[in-house]
Amino acid sequence: MKKPFYFFFFLLIILSCKDETECCVNPTIAIKLKFTHNWDGVELSSSDFNEFKFRTANNDLISISRLRYLVSNVLFNNTIESSSTIYSLIDIDKNETTLLVTGVPISKVNALAFTFGFRDEDNLDGVYADLNSASFNVPEMLGGGYHYMQFDGKFKDSNNADANFNYHAIRSADITDPDNIILQDTSFEVDLGNIEITENTTIEIKMNVAEWFKNPNTWNLKELNTVLMPNFDAQILMNENGQSVFSLGEITSN
Amino acid sequence: MKHLGFYIIFLFFLMSCSSKEDDVYTPVAYNLEIPELFADKLIAPIIPADNPLTIEGVALGKKLFSDRILSGNQTQSCAHCHKLQEAFSDSSQFSEGAEGNLGSRNSMPLFNLAWNFEERFAWDGKEFGLENQVIEPIVNPIEMHGDLNEITKRLNGHHSYPDLFQLAFGTSEISGDLVAKAVAQFMRTIISANSKFDKYLLGKASLTAAEENGFNVFMSEEKGDCFHCHGSNNNPLWTDNQFHNNGLDATFTDLGLGAISGDPVDNGKFRSPSLRNLTFTAPYMHDGRFSSIEEVIDHYSEGLKFSESIDPLMKKVNIGGVGLSDQEKADLKAFLLTLTDVEFINNPAFKN
Repeated sequence: MKKPFYFFFFLLIILSCKDETECCVNPTIAIKLKFTHNWDGVELSSSDFNEFKFRTANNDLISISRLRYLVSNVLFNNTIESSSTIYSLIDIDKNETTLLVTGVPISKVNALAFTFGFRDEDNLDGVYADLNSASFNVPEMLGGGYHYMQFDGKFKDSNNADANFNYHAIRSADITDPDNIILQDTSFEVDLGNIEITENTTIEIKMNVAEWFKNPNTWNLKELNTVLMPNFDAQILMNENGQSVFSLGEITSN
Repeated sequence: MKHLGFYIIFLFFLMSCSSKEDDVYTPVAYNLEIPELFADKLIAPIIPADNPLTIEGVALGKKLFSDRILSGNQTQSCAHCHKLQEAFSDSSQFSEGAEGNLGSRNSMPLFNLAWNFEERFAWDGKEFGLENQVIEPIVNPIEMHGDLNEITKRLNGHHSYPDLFQLAFGTSEISGDLVAKAVAQFMRTIISANSKFDKYLLGKASLTAAEENGFNVFMSEEKGDCFHCHGSNNNPLWTDNQFHNNGLDATFTDLGLGAISGDPVDNGKFRSPSLRNLTFTAPYMHDGRFSSIEEVIDHYSEGLKFSESIDPLMKKVNIGGVGLSDQEKADLKAFLLTLTDVEFINNPAFKN
C-alpha cells in the first residue's frame, strides 16, 4: 500500500511543477497603444478644432469639429492575445486616445496589427453598452452595428460660405432594395510591422488626418459632404483612403 | 441558585453594552431598479461613491424636493417648476421665481439623470454633478433665491428634519452639502422607461404603420437624421446629453455653453434634451419658443438658421433644412409620441 501513496505524492509534485512551467514559458505583459494625430506632419489636437486651418488635397479649406473612431482586434504575432472584442473609441475632443492591451507575449519581435472599425464578426448591433451610451450606433436600415468613424466639420463651398461635412465611415450598405440590403465589410486591418517591446512599452500610432482626403482618391467635399452613410460608393472610397492613414510612431519604455 | 442573580445582572450589562452600539443607525441601501432596456443597452448609472442611495436618503430628498423651506421666502419648492404631471418640467415658457421674477429658459424635465454619463447638467452644462445642480436653483436670485446658511439654519431648527438627516446620513447637523446629497439621491431614482416604444423594443407592443415610418424618418441620415444626437433603439435615453447649436438663431441673446466655457465656438450650444415624454414637456427648446411638436419638426425641416457655431450635423442649412414632406412630418410626430410614458407621470413613488 505504500507504493501507491508515493506514486500519488510524486504525481502531485509533477503537476504542481507543470503549472509553474507553463506560467513562465509564455510570460505576457501589458502595453499601451497611444494614438496621435497630425495633418501632413503638423500635430493636430482638439485645440485646433473649429478653425479653418486645414487644406485638403482637393484644395478645400476645412475646420474640424469632431473626430472619433473605433480601433479593435489588436493582434500581436497574428494572435489575438486578449479578448477578441477588445476595442477602444478614440475621441480627440475628449482626449481619449489610448488603448491598453494586456496578454502581450514578451518576444523580441512582435508583429503588430489592428482593425480600423469592427470586422463583421465583431460588428454586432447594440451589444456594446459603452458604444451605445456614446451614441455610436448605425441604424438598422443600414445594417446596424457601429460607426467606424465620425469625422465632422465644415468646409468653404464654391461661394466661400461655410458648409457642413459628416465624413462618417461605416460598413458599406447598398440599400437600393430595402428588403435586400447588401453589406460589405469596409473595416480594414492596419499592419504596423515588427516591433520590439518590453514591459511598460508605449507604442505611438499616428493618424495623418489629411490622408482621408488624399490617397488614392482625391476627395471633393463640394460633392461628397453629408449623407455619406447610405452612400455605398463613398464608403468604398473611405476604405481605400483609410489604408494610408495610419503609421507607426515612437516606441518608448517607461 | 446563588449565582443566578449574578448571571442575570451580567447578562443585562452585556445587553446594555450592545444596545449602545445599536444607537449608530445604518441607513438601508436603496435598490435602484434598472429598467431592462437600460441594463441591456447602457453602461451603469452614475452613483457617486460618497453619496450612495439609501431608503432614508431618497425619502428625505423627496420630502425636501417638495418643501418650500428651501426657498428664500419659503413660497416655492423645487416641485414648483418641476411638476410630475409635466414630466418634472414646467408648461410655462419661463418659470416664475420665488419673488415673481421670470427666468429666460424653460424648465428642463427631470428623469433618467443618473444616466447623464458626463454629469454636465442644465441647458448650458453649467453644473458638474447632480449634487451641484441641486444647489444652483436654490440660491439663484431669479429662482428660489435662498441663502444656504439661512436655509440650513431653518432646517436645523425644524421639528423633524434633524432626525431625518440623522437617519439618512448619521448626523443631525444639517449642511448644504447634505441637502444636496439627499435631493440628488431622490432625483437619481426618477426613471422613465415604460413608453410604448420601450414595450415595442421588449416585444410587448407593436407599432402602427405611421409610427414605424416615423421611426425610419428619425433614423434615416437623409431624412430626419435625429439619431446622431437623440439616441436610438440602442440608446433608449433618447439624448446624447451633449451640447449642440441646432440652428435656432443667426445671432444669440443667450450664449448657452459659450457663456460657461468662454469660447465663441460654443456660442448657441445647449444640451440635447431627451425626447421622452414630449407630450408632457411643452414648450420646447431651451427658451420654450416652440409650443408644439409640429413647430419643432418644422424648424429642423425648413427653419434652420446659419451661425458660425452651428453643428455640422445640421444638414442643408442653406435651404433651411432637410425638407421633410407633410407625411414624413406627421409620421415622425407619431413616432415621437410613442416615447410617452404615462406610467411615469402617475408613479406613486414620485408623488408628493
